Amino acid sequence: MLDIKNLHVNINDKDILKSLNLNIKPGEIHALMGVNGAGKSTLVKAISAHYDCTVNSGSITYKTKDLLKLDTAQRALEGIFMSFQNPVEIPGVNNMYFLKTALNEKRKHNNQEELNAASFLKLIRKKMSQFNLDEKILKRNLNEGFSGGEKKRNELLQLLVLEPDLLLLDEIDSGLDIDAIKTVAAGINSLLDGKRSILMITHYDRMLELIKPDFVHILSEGKIVKTGDHNLALELEKTGFEGLGVKK
Amino acid sequence: MKNDMINRVISADYELGFETIVNSDTFPKGLNVEVIKAISKKKDEPSWLLEYRLKAYQKWLKMSEPSWANLDYEKIDYQDISYFSAPKKAPGSLDEIDPSILETYEKLGIPLEEQKLLAGVAVDAVFDSVSVKTTFQEELEKLGIIFCSISEAANKHPSLLKKYLSSVVSSSDNFFAALNSAVFTDGSFVYIPKNTRCPMELSTYFRINALNTGQFERTLIIADVGSFVSYNEGCSAPSRDERQLHAAVVELIALKDAHIKYSTIQNWYPGDENGKGGILNFVTKRGICQGERSKISWTQVETGSLVTWKYPSCILKGDYSVGEFYSVALSSLAQQADTGTKMLHLGKNTKSTIISKGISALRGRNSYRGLVRMSKNATNSRNYSQCDSLLIGSKCSAHTFPYQEVRNSSSSVEHEATTSKISDEQLFFLNQRGISEENAISMIVNGFCKEVLQELPMEFAVEAKALLNVSLEGCVG
Repeated sequence: MLDIKNLHVNINDKDILKSLNLNIKPGEIHALMGVNGAGKSTLVKAISAHYDCTVNSGSITYKTKDLLKLDTAQRALEGIFMSFQNPVEIPGVNNMYFLKTALNEKRKHNNQEELNAASFLKLIRKKMSQFNLDEKILKRNLNEGFSGGEKKRNELLQLLVLEPDLLLLDEIDSGLDIDAIKTVAAGINSLLDGKRSILMITHYDRMLELIKPDFVHILSEGKIVKTGDHNLALELEKTGFEGLGVKK
Repeated sequence: MKNDMINRVISADYELGFETIVNSDTFPKGLNVEVIKAISKKKDEPSWLLEYRLKAYQKWLKMSEPSWANLDYEKIDYQDISYFSAPKKAPGSLDEIDPSILETYEKLGIPLEEQKLLAGVAVDAVFDSVSVKTTFQEELEKLGIIFCSISEAANKHPSLLKKYLSSVVSSSDNFFAALNSAVFTDGSFVYIPKNTRCPMELSTYFRINALNTGQFERTLIIADVGSFVSYNEGCSAPSRDERQLHAAVVELIALKDAHIKYSTIQNWYPGDENGKGGILNFVTKRGICQGERSKISWTQVETGSLVTWKYPSCILKGDYSVGEFYSVALSSLAQQADTGTKMLHLGKNTKSTIISKGISALRGRNSYRGLVRMSKNATNSRNYSQCDSLLIGSKCSAHTFPYQEVRNSSSSVEHEATTSKISDEQLFFLNQRGISEENAISMIVNGFCKEVLQELPMEFAVEAKALLNVSLEGCVG
């Protein structure tokens, strides 16, 4: 699904990722852990072609395509979804209109017929009732005046509507209470069909219990320094990064 | 960095920039008493109207072009303009109209043949200096509604015209109003009788076609006691390297309990990115809420013209009268807009609302200029103003000039203003959800203008949205 080789990424002329390698196969769940500033968010941003990131060298292949040749929107249409730690507010833009536009862009890209307002509403109502999401959120403007929890639920809603192939989840659990974390995790798990893959950043072991990773990577100074299974996360919980010999 | 990207999308082609080849009768360039007499004669006007024109001309000669606006443009040579141009065939029934003019309006999306019209919209079409055709006239006449060109009104309804012409905007109100009063050519005249709700939207479409001509239309709308009318105007012009002048005057009169809703989509040719060509748009629009509980609402979407100087205003004379101003002004390319409103509260318990949304892109300059005046007798009156500016890119600018005068202690005036930029973060977010840059920008801009767009009649709102999108094409990059 995703093959990253020798990736070097700069932000504001500062080297952040240094020769990073990562391979994610269809259906795999990868968790990315590491101290602050290790480059976790930068990796996710680089995969999404974020404007902060400059890729200096290396390659990213996604489903046989050279990802570095595609812009942000094209990558999204190819099935890459990045969740935001703190999604931005867009005043005056109706949330439902936004969701419908995003879905129809994707359907157009996949040569599917666009959904009209009625069939879209039917679809979204079904998804929302499955995860106890309040429909009021549809009538409001995109993230405008949303609480932290509402923003995260709205991110989940976008995930459920867009059904991406590769989910990049950057601390989707931060700022949520336990119940909300369970809802978000249930939503994400519902998408896992053995083909979709996840790359998630988390500091929180609880999240890893709810969404079980196949691989746990520890990132330090722009490189993956240790890879293991779920046990690595448990070990980390006990000893801390320094106990594992990871430089602060 | 994406900032460079923002500096790329508004140089899309002006789609309405074609020219119509039509055999026309155009006056030689220049302005003097003889020209004014000739215009009046062409229109077969009553003598009082000629006198009115000549008086205005004398006043205009003594006035000078205003320079207080936040606008820079080359001085206009008023002798280098032709003040009258008309297609040669005398317009009347559809058969008599030059087919190429009908074609022009069809290209603009305004078929004049009644059967093709959207039910519920009557159209007056003005081509250069003359009204080409007013549709649905007979049907409206049955209700006593008058909807005709102002030239026709001069002959058919002289007493109404005489009573109300210049009753709101005097012929010496300002330099451009005086010029218009001297040389106005055509425009619409509307009268809605007592307790009548006009059953359809009334529309006028203004088209400048001829080279080196100015367009000076005059519109007068009178809503008698207890009546309602919704009036829309649209404008376009061919793309030319030469600048062209447009100086219109619009007067609205709302009597007791009457409500006039006036919507404009102004899409004159904006010139190119270096400011070559384009329409110079100097417009005086003012309405009076004459009677108690009367209401005037101005809604404007200004996307065209190289220079826009326009302040649709309300005189709130009747007690409990209401004035509203909703505006979207987009300045891209090398466009400059200095626009806003005046709300003059004279009566007691009067209320006004101002919502202004300015959008600047590329090298556009956008200024909001507004005056709210609470006179001594306007007790318990209220105003709420909200002026928001949105910047796209880093070479454009936004300015706000609010003026407030409060002369009684029971009235309140509120003013809120914001300036924001389309952020890289917002664009990235929408891009990441699969929405292209251009669509993302139009989504953000439409969201920004929502409060104003929702005031427009349905079909107009659709047109306005499409127009905003076209005007924004090429401004990101």
